Amino acid sequence: MNQFQYTRPAETAVAIKSLAKEPNGYFLAGGTNLVDMMKMGLVVPDKLIDINRLPLKKIERTPTGIHIGALASNSEVAEHAYIKAQYPLLALAINAGASPQLRNMATVGGNLMQRTRCPYFFDTAMPCNKRTPGSGCGALQGINRMHALFGASDKCIAVNPSDMNVAMAALDATIHVTGVKGPRAINIGDFHRLPGDHPELDNTLQKGELITSVDLPAASSAYNKHVYYLKIRDRTSYAFALVSVAAALHIENNTITGARLAMGGVAHKPWRLTAAEIFLKGKAITEDNFKQAAQIAMQGAKAYEYNKFKLKLAPNAIVQSLKLATGLAS
Amino acid sequence: MKKDAIGDSLSRVDGRLKVTGGAKYSGEYKVPNLTYGVLVSATIASGTVTALDTRAAERAPGVLAVITPFNAPKVPGYQAGAERPVRGLKLFNDNKIYFNSQPIALVVADTFERATYAACLVKATYNTEPFETDFHKNIDKGVTPQKGNYKDYVRGEANAYKNAPVVVEEEYLLPTEVHNPMELHVTTAFWDGDDKVTLYTKSQGVKGSQRSIAAAFGLNPDNVQINSRFVGGAFGSSLRTWPHEIAAAQAAKLVKRPVKLTLTREQMFTQVGYRPLTIQKIGLGATADGKLIGITHESHSQTAVYEEFTEGAVNVSQFLYNSPNVNTLYKVVPLNVGVPAPMRGPGEATGSFALESALDELSYKLNLDPIELRLRNYTDTDPERNKPWSSKYLKECYQKGAEAIGWADRKAQPGANKEGEWLVGYGIGCGAFGAYRGNAVAKIKLTADGSVNIQSATSDIGPGTGTSMVLIAADTLGIPADKITFELGNSAFPNAPTQGGSATVSSVGSAVHDVCVALKQKLYIMAGKPADSMEPIDYVAVLKQNNMPSVELTQESKGNPEAQKYSMYSFSAHFAKVHVHPLTGQVKIKKIVACVDAGKIVNHKTASSQMIGGAVGGVGMAMTEEAVFDNRYGRYINGNFADYHVPVNADIQQIEAIFIDKPDPVLNPVGTKGIGEISLIGVAPALANAIYNATGKRVRELPITPDKLI
Repeated sequence: MNQFQYTRPAETAVAIKSLAKEPNGYFLAGGTNLVDMMKMGLVVPDKLIDINRLPLKKIERTPTGIHIGALASNSEVAEHAYIKAQYPLLALAINAGASPQLRNMATVGGNLMQRTRCPYFFDTAMPCNKRTPGSGCGALQGINRMHALFGASDKCIAVNPSDMNVAMAALDATIHVTGVKGPRAINIGDFHRLPGDHPELDNTLQKGELITSVDLPAASSAYNKHVYYLKIRDRTSYAFALVSVAAALHIENNTITGARLAMGGVAHKPWRLTAAEIFLKGKAITEDNFKQAAQIAMQGAKAYEYNKFKLKLAPNAIVQSLKLATGLAS
Repeated sequence: MKKDAIGDSLSRVDGRLKVTGGAKYSGEYKVPNLTYGVLVSATIASGTVTALDTRAAERAPGVLAVITPFNAPKVPGYQAGAERPVRGLKLFNDNKIYFNSQPIALVVADTFERATYAACLVKATYNTEPFETDFHKNIDKGVTPQKGNYKDYVRGEANAYKNAPVVVEEEYLLPTEVHNPMELHVTTAFWDGDDKVTLYTKSQGVKGSQRSIAAAFGLNPDNVQINSRFVGGAFGSSLRTWPHEIAAAQAAKLVKRPVKLTLTREQMFTQVGYRPLTIQKIGLGATADGKLIGITHESHSQTAVYEEFTEGAVNVSQFLYNSPNVNTLYKVVPLNVGVPAPMRGPGEATGSFALESALDELSYKLNLDPIELRLRNYTDTDPERNKPWSSKYLKECYQKGAEAIGWADRKAQPGANKEGEWLVGYGIGCGAFGAYRGNAVAKIKLTADGSVNIQSATSDIGPGTGTSMVLIAADTLGIPADKITFELGNSAFPNAPTQGGSATVSSVGSAVHDVCVALKQKLYIMAGKPADSMEPIDYVAVLKQNNMPSVELTQESKGNPEAQKYSMYSFSAHFAKVHVHPLTGQVKIKKIVACVDAGKIVNHKTASSQMIGGAVGGVGMAMTEEAVFDNRYGRYINGNFADYHVPVNADIQQIEAIFIDKPDPVLNPVGTKGIGEISLIGVAPALANAIYNATGKRVRELPITPDKLI
């Protein structure tokens, strides 16, 4: 770890200005990812702006849904009574991630910013275009068992490791950010990027912008009854997803009137399964329909040497998550 | 049952210290004037480090020294022609790189943080040479080990299995498994003058560490003090003295201050050994009614180019079943990797995975219950050495274990047993591990207040050694356990073997038993009674009568010469019940039953805990653990606790330990045979076999992750 400057402002405006002046500065929230990366020498900041004193912790109901302050801890969100009642998918996904200790420290904003767990990104002795642009992608011809099926490029095949983000995608979250140019709102689908030619960029935040909250729309709270977050992983807890599926259905008279589906562990961003959602709308609750939805969801998937199993595991997980959400399986 | 007697269930005598933080581990000793050492690792797998730019590190705040191959003070035991040469990697003795992540520098500073910071400022220049870490590509370069008895073994006819009516011929892969004890390896070293050194170090054998450090620095062993009172898990990783321990002492000598060197978790993957990647070919041939005609077991294991590591991976096939024809082959493949080390159940855990999996495959080919197949090939004498067993109750293990797991509910047809969507399977895996006894010495002191203190230079890496020793002493002396203290982990104590090979209770327990008997006899004589009298006496009153404040005795205990006539093993039968989801490949291990014949069980509570711990290790071996190389760089891609998966609590459901608990009449006076290794040996095949029974999918390459089951 290098030596760095550290400040802890109490006002959001000060924090933003402080970062804007610092070309190699980072906001520090829970530190569960950033500090790890600093220890590994992946991130070598000149300045850390600790934002934990900023007034961004509140979770509150709003006329349009729920507002979750960027500094609310993952545990607080997962334990929040209204979220558990109205947005249970989010609570389930959060609790599928990390460990209780990490969830107590990790914030919602930090989780959105969580960087990939690609082993090549995490080892400075190996090439990684995300860490060191132009150095090459170690994973492309390497051990790519954990890597992407969708939206990858020959520059980067890493995946977004977050569970929370998958639920946020399914629940149509809006990310509120603010910066020197003022506040703006970003739909979750536009927040994380695909790697393309610039895998060093995980998201569409502009330099100096700070996430202030994540808002979930009231419309998504209709998806609170038939819900499942299925995470397939190499051990039962404290492991990143091989594949995960967030499934939430609205059902009337045994007919699916709306579906929300997203996958984790398959792309550089939480992977919303919009085509499968459209297919399921108006369909009956049958395993066959779920299989067709999974088939649709998998269109365009591309595997690498070690992650070919995901071409089978991912659709299976989609089917199983839908069965579990609808009670076809228990 | 009698309280405080062998066979009781005594809580750990040091349990309170452990759960209240009062137990001091090697990294927790506050030594005045302490400095901190941090290792810098190479990023190439072979070649030389041609230059190290240490200027920035040396200028960094608080830095006292940067030790490199170019400036390191010579370690006498590393030099050619040394009187007591140190085996293995000679750290900083030259600039050669044998494996990726080999240390190339040691930064010493006044705080850990400053040392860590300065370590990242050291810049290396390398001359890179071709390297090999790809086991599969290099398997043909396997060689028969030069040291030890690893020659090809043939009993009867080689490869007789091929001509049998029913044949299984398969290959099994065990990936590299890393010990990963919770406690990091740490050494604090400080010198008194030029010829006396003290180490607080993570060690399974303080006497062994004393000899190694003395050899390294050309010292009289009496001038080397090793302390290792508490060890936070080891599983074999601290059986030997590692280069970083010598480096800590080397650095302390150079900076003339105490140095504490703690490995990082990442360094734990490369500096302190591992269970080596092993590929095993098994051939089994049987008659139609399930009598084995031939067993062939060929094993290739990874080792290091700079040091040969061997283990008995094929031994189990030589004696566990009654086959007239057996042949085995064991070769090691030198690669640019760190040297392996024994890991819980070394050799046998690896071998039994292959043998017991193959036997399971055979049972399906024969359409025979796997237990029945084992019974048909049961052997009442050791077929390898042609000797009687000192004791063997493996049949009882089959029976009791089968009852406890609910074997009667097993369906022979894979996939036929379901609970909801989940496929249900049952499996068995057996194992054996040699029952050993080494020479050990114990010293006892009875004080006029009635308290008894016993000392021996053994270790406790977790099984509860002190607790067992207290119980043996309480039983032998006939006094309450709370009057007795047992001290270990100090090289100044009387000699005891390194804690390994499941032999501590057998070795040190015998010494404790014998010293207690000797004390008792002395007190009887002091009381004017025959030494072997059974009449109860008041020990304290005897001391008072003789005006003695205390009485002390030291006793050495050696093996029973009769033991040569026998083959001595602990035996285990492990059973598993699993649920497997056919769509997602998720496995729930519903229950594991470990039934062992390990002789007399001294303390049931700690023995059960040890069995459970071993079973969890077996779950890791079977289901989650695999250290993965990227062979293009010769580096691990998952050398950390997040990506290398040791099992977590959520992976474990019910584990039940059952002991046959019949004393072995030969090995030692207490009748024990040892459980440390046998607790793990056989768990992995039991799980793999249960998963096959559930799914019809035979996984021959561990670990059994979800991708292999869909």
